Amino acid sequence: MRLISEGFSQALHLILGLDPDLREAAWRTLQISGAATIVSLFLGAPAGVALALSRFPGRTLLVALINTGMGLPPVVAGLFVMILLWRSGPLGELGLLYTPAAMVLAQSLIALPMVTGLSLAAVQSLPARLRVQIRALGATRLQTAWLMAREAQLPLLAALMAGFGAVVSEVGASLMVGGNLRGSTRVLTTAIVLEASKGKFATAIALGLVLLALAFSINLILTRLQQRGRT
Amino acid sequence: MTNLKFRAAAPLLALAAACTAGLAADPPPPIILATTTSTQDSGLLDELIPPFEAASGMKVKIIAVGSGQALALGERGEADLLMVHSPEAEERFMARGAGLVRQRMMYNDFVLVGPAADPAGVRRAAGLAAALRALHGSGAVFVSRGDDSGTHQTELNLWRQAGLSPPQAKGRYLETGQGMGATLRVASEKGAYTLTDRGTFLALRPTLSLAVLFEGDPALRNIYHLIVVHPKQGPRVNQEGAVALARFLLSQVTESRVEAFGRQRFGRPLFMPDSEPFGPVADPGGDRGAPHQ
Repeated sequence: MRLISEGFSQALHLILGLDPDLREAAWRTLQISGAATIVSLFLGAPAGVALALSRFPGRTLLVALINTGMGLPPVVAGLFVMILLWRSGPLGELGLLYTPAAMVLAQSLIALPMVTGLSLAAVQSLPARLRVQIRALGATRLQTAWLMAREAQLPLLAALMAGFGAVVSEVGASLMVGGNLRGSTRVLTTAIVLEASKGKFATAIALGLVLLALAFSINLILTRLQQRGRT
Repeated sequence: MTNLKFRAAAPLLALAAACTAGLAADPPPPIILATTTSTQDSGLLDELIPPFEAASGMKVKIIAVGSGQALALGERGEADLLMVHSPEAEERFMARGAGLVRQRMMYNDFVLVGPAADPAGVRRAAGLAAALRALHGSGAVFVSRGDDSGTHQTELNLWRQAGLSPPQAKGRYLETGQGMGATLRVASEKGAYTLTDRGTFLALRPTLSLAVLFEGDPALRNIYHLIVVHPKQGPRVNQEGAVALARFLLSQVTESRVEAFGRQRFGRPLFMPDSEPFGPVADPGGDRGAPHQ
């Protein structure tokens, strides 16, 4: 019990004193997970909308694959990316392993099926007549997709939040492809693992609190956007 | 939606750009140092590496894994310099020609730790073998690293040298597969015994309910070596950087830093410097000509 209260008071001390390592890890987390969320949004949302509005052979199989991917264990994504980026691997020439870019890649892989799958569900949950009406008014396929996405903006933002939530809290892939390098690939989650194994629980608790605060702030911004967009 | 999306995305996009801007590969290439968890968990590398980076302008990427995995990374050419403490595996590594140079750097020692009450009577044992027999014969739980690290290899060797195999009974022998810090924590929570390097134990002791129960046997000496990975192990091994870093880590400046490390906090050094002078590095092979990179 004493450890917990001591931990929290030390945590507060570190946060209020703007400990440089803490600040660095928080900033990296925001950069890397933010970038991965953006990548998955720009690839996943259009893919999800397109998939919702099209019919082709093998579509069910593809949707099932995406839904499975929503549960892709981060360590598996990390393993794939690590093998891909090894010096001796197919993309070894780029020298990306143990860089923030490698973490963005792995986290995008984790968030992509989530954003795609949830976007697909968002558009599919719109009333079927809506699409017929839009088409009847003479909209092209692209215009239809855009209008349907507009209608589904609330659940689409929820998809974005889910994607960000998944990558910001992820640790397995980040450790594997980032290597937890101080000042470069050490994010809040990997720093928590390290500090806990060093026995520095107060620092670990502080990092945990900052992570929660960060996730909350981002979600608050997105939620405000989402709720303001509601008419 | 697009408007909304862009308003939300703009700051994050800027972040993404800022993030990738920092990635541009600038010469010289970074050095990948694969090392044991003990050197990172104890905080030693935080003292040793930044001065090298400042002096040389080279970046060092420290990948803290067990010695087994560090050697495997070296074997694949995924690391440039190894800091390891698994002598037999290291000798096999060198015999295969995977390493260019192997030099002693420092040592500390392993200790047997367990609950202070010591139900197995390890403290009273006359020697290391007797201590292990006492552990084996009692109902006590032993926590093993189980991760092919240097500590794990040493532990298996010690059982073998004592003419024993690790306890077989269910629940008597737990393998964590994790680093020393995590393994000590498991042992502490379970009131169990484990083998640890003294450095990590001292660093974590305030948060553990474990005590040193056996120490001082010559077989418990824990020697750390540096191995420069042979450039033939992979297309992008940074030999030049590895040699520069090895020279620095074996220099007198580093020796005094190693010796000073932990004195203030623990009243004694966690690692004892014992560097072999770093001799000239032979050109690894006529066919390659100039050193890599």
